[in-house]
Amino acid sequence: MAVPKRKMSRSNTRSRRANWKATPVAVSNCPVCNELKQPHLACPSCGSYNGRQYPDAVRAEHQA
Amino acid sequence: MPTPTKGPRVGGGPAHERLILANLATALFEHDRITTTEAKAKRLRPLAERLVTFAKRGDLHARRRVLTVVRDKGVVHRLFTEIAPDMAERSGGYTRITKIAPRKGDNAPMAVIELVREAVNAKPQRAVVAEAEGATRRSAADKAAEAAPAAESADGKYGADSAAPLDGGASPDPEKFVVKGNEDSMKYHVEGSRWFESTVAEVWFTTPEAAAAAGFEPAGGASAQTGAPEEASDASSESDD
Repeated sequence: MAVPKRKMSRSNTRSRRANWKATPVAVSNCPVCNELKQPHLACPSCGSYNGRQYPDAVRAEHQA
Repeated sequence: MPTPTKGPRVGGGPAHERLILANLATALFEHDRITTTEAKAKRLRPLAERLVTFAKRGDLHARRRVLTVVRDKGVVHRLFTEIAPDMAERSGGYTRITKIAPRKGDNAPMAVIELVREAVNAKPQRAVVAEAEGATRRSAADKAAEAAPAAESADGKYGADSAAPLDGGASPDPEKFVVKGNEDSMKYHVEGSRWFESTVAEVWFTTPEAAAAAGFEPAGGASAQTGAPEEASDASSESDD
């Protein structure tokens, strides 16, 4: 099995990992309750989507 | 080479997968709306729609084909007698998947899959209604311009029998205005009918007749919106065994 010949330096490891970045979550405003919600998802604060109501979509603060 | 199954695999093996999908289909036809993971909802959709197609055919052979998947005879009866008549006008697209926020424990993307049992709302009809509504509004505006600027702020834009809702969609006068109007679908809902609770009212009416006069249609057919709280009678159902 092929194995690395040299130990990877801390610098190399860290410069590789420095490029692991989190991307911001896209959010928009709910047309019904004006809270922030993710696009294409039912609103987690009022449960509405496209004029319909989904009680299962509602998330409390500690669940979010 | 056999065509691979579309979508992710579920369960521990082919038999487990069949069981999971059959149980999901049974639950869907029993409750009309179920919450599950997005992956399972996406696998369930083609199966459930095929079963609805069998139910619309309605003969004994189709019923036996459905029974090989949905083992519960009560659920199959409900599918054939209650769900299939609602889908008669609909040519495919019997289910609707709505994504909801991820699950708490494992952050799995969740979805609500439901049967689309509302009446088919043809698009051209909607355009005509919008046009007519626009004309009504224009003529009403003309009249209002001619007349003295009377204080009619309490009245809605569809005449004296209608009223704009309060903040949050509540009725401005729960004694007088009892019928909800949905401007998106141009349908009205009387109190106690099937979608009344879930509808967000853009306008309130005093009576169903006033709503109909304003160009709104009864949601789910006239018999479902007669003002009586019980469900519409199942006259169109037929039994074949």
